[in-house]
Amino acid sequence: MSIESLKCKECGTPAELGANYVCENCFGPLEVAYDYSGLEAAEAKRRIQAGSQGIWRYADFLPFEGRPNDPLEPGLTPLVRADRLAARLGIDAELWIKNDAANPTHSFKDRVVAVAVAKAQELGFETVACASTGNLANAVAAHAAAAGLESYVFVPANLEEQKLLATGVYGTNLVGVRGNYDDVNRLCTQLAETRPWAFVNVNLRPYYAEGSKTLAYETAEQLGWTLPDRVVAPIASGSLFTKLGRGFQEWLDLGLVEGRQPAFNGAQAEGCDPVATAFAEGWDVCKPQRPETIAKSLAIGDPADGPYAVEHARKTGGGIDAVSDAEIRSAIKLLAETTGIFTETAGGVTVGVLRKLAERGEIGAGERVVVYITGEGLKTLDAVRDTFQMHEIDPHLDSFEAEFSQEVAV
Amino acid sequence: MAVTVKIPTQLRAATGGEAEVEVDGSTVGEVLDAVFDTYGDLRERITQDGDLRRFVNVYVSGEDIRFQQGLDTGIEDGDEVTILPAVAGG
Repeated sequence: MSIESLKCKECGTPAELGANYVCENCFGPLEVAYDYSGLEAAEAKRRIQAGSQGIWRYADFLPFEGRPNDPLEPGLTPLVRADRLAARLGIDAELWIKNDAANPTHSFKDRVVAVAVAKAQELGFETVACASTGNLANAVAAHAAAAGLESYVFVPANLEEQKLLATGVYGTNLVGVRGNYDDVNRLCTQLAETRPWAFVNVNLRPYYAEGSKTLAYETAEQLGWTLPDRVVAPIASGSLFTKLGRGFQEWLDLGLVEGRQPAFNGAQAEGCDPVATAFAEGWDVCKPQRPETIAKSLAIGDPADGPYAVEHARKTGGGIDAVSDAEIRSAIKLLAETTGIFTETAGGVTVGVLRKLAERGEIGAGERVVVYITGEGLKTLDAVRDTFQMHEIDPHLDSFEAEFSQEVAV
Repeated sequence: MAVTVKIPTQLRAATGGEAEVEVDGSTVGEVLDAVFDTYGDLRERITQDGDLRRFVNVYVSGEDIRFQQGLDTGIEDGDEVTILPAVAGG
């Protein structure tokens, strides 16, 4: 498969391959178009299986002229059965967790950034930049360091300390903006006009977003070249959600997998749920919000791909739900206690929505469900602070016996 | 009211390369109409049936007009109206 052009998702007008992201005709988002002819399913499968142990094994489906180069290759993260979680939720489903915290900087953002940084190099950029809610900041700073590129990372100044520290360590220019993510995003959109930089999620966004498709490919490959019946994934801008759909669709079209698109269930936090609201109200645009939630990595009040996420949830017979901060905290514990996976707040949102679907009886018997955990719990430690007590004792047997006498006595 | 309207790179083909346009108007809608009077091509690119297209964001002195009164948002002398693509981020 070869990269053909950029194409407007709204009006279909083609645009040149380069650092473009907006259709000059109607202002819609540009997306990468490929030439699928000449790619035969068996040969495509063989090339994947002979590929690297990461996302570059899917290079035929990614937006490059040549072979991509990014030394910090993410991908092939664990897909684990979660029978104990299914039991706790009281569902008779084949439940899987795709743990994408197991990437180089501990979130799914390594996928999109690896693609964007490799593309930036292919296009001749020397500096990369981004507007981030945190995970993207970590990834851009790290991948730029590994590739030897200069980087500028813009985040809301009030971000979690763990995410600031895990960005600054890579030697980036870390810029804390006094405002929310949407303010940061607007500023970066303006900066992208004047600076000769590759803003991964602004002027390189059509390429960057393609990286999320690798999550769909991996899921299908890890399930033995089959598709799940249902997926549950978080929604911030809606890009991951819609690109998961695109990844499954490409493989269906090419005959690499059979069946149909899974039902897509999106997850948002109540304190920032413009996409869930648009779904519930039947709108085809999202009304922007001012976010107020502990799930900061999902706190995008003006989601660029919101309308497409709503459309995809509707088309696949899924839905989009929102959960409260209390439900997020409790879902983080639920996942940790039943699977040994400690997720950040975004994962709490996703598991919280899974629990809602289970409670409403929307998950059918025998359904194969994949839940996407997109980030690491160590990045949002405040979410679990004071949710348990440590037993403090002296270093003597007596002290231990005294503390645990009630538990030990049967 | 005299205001400056900032035109993003992607629309400058329709303004003969101009990055800023000075016009009069008392609401965002009036200001945009005044811009369209000079640069007719812009109207179709960023509006549809009298409304802004869904991937167009407009700010008055940094504030998104969807948090205000949309196209009816009032303009004060010296305000800056910025048109930006809504397809970034995430």
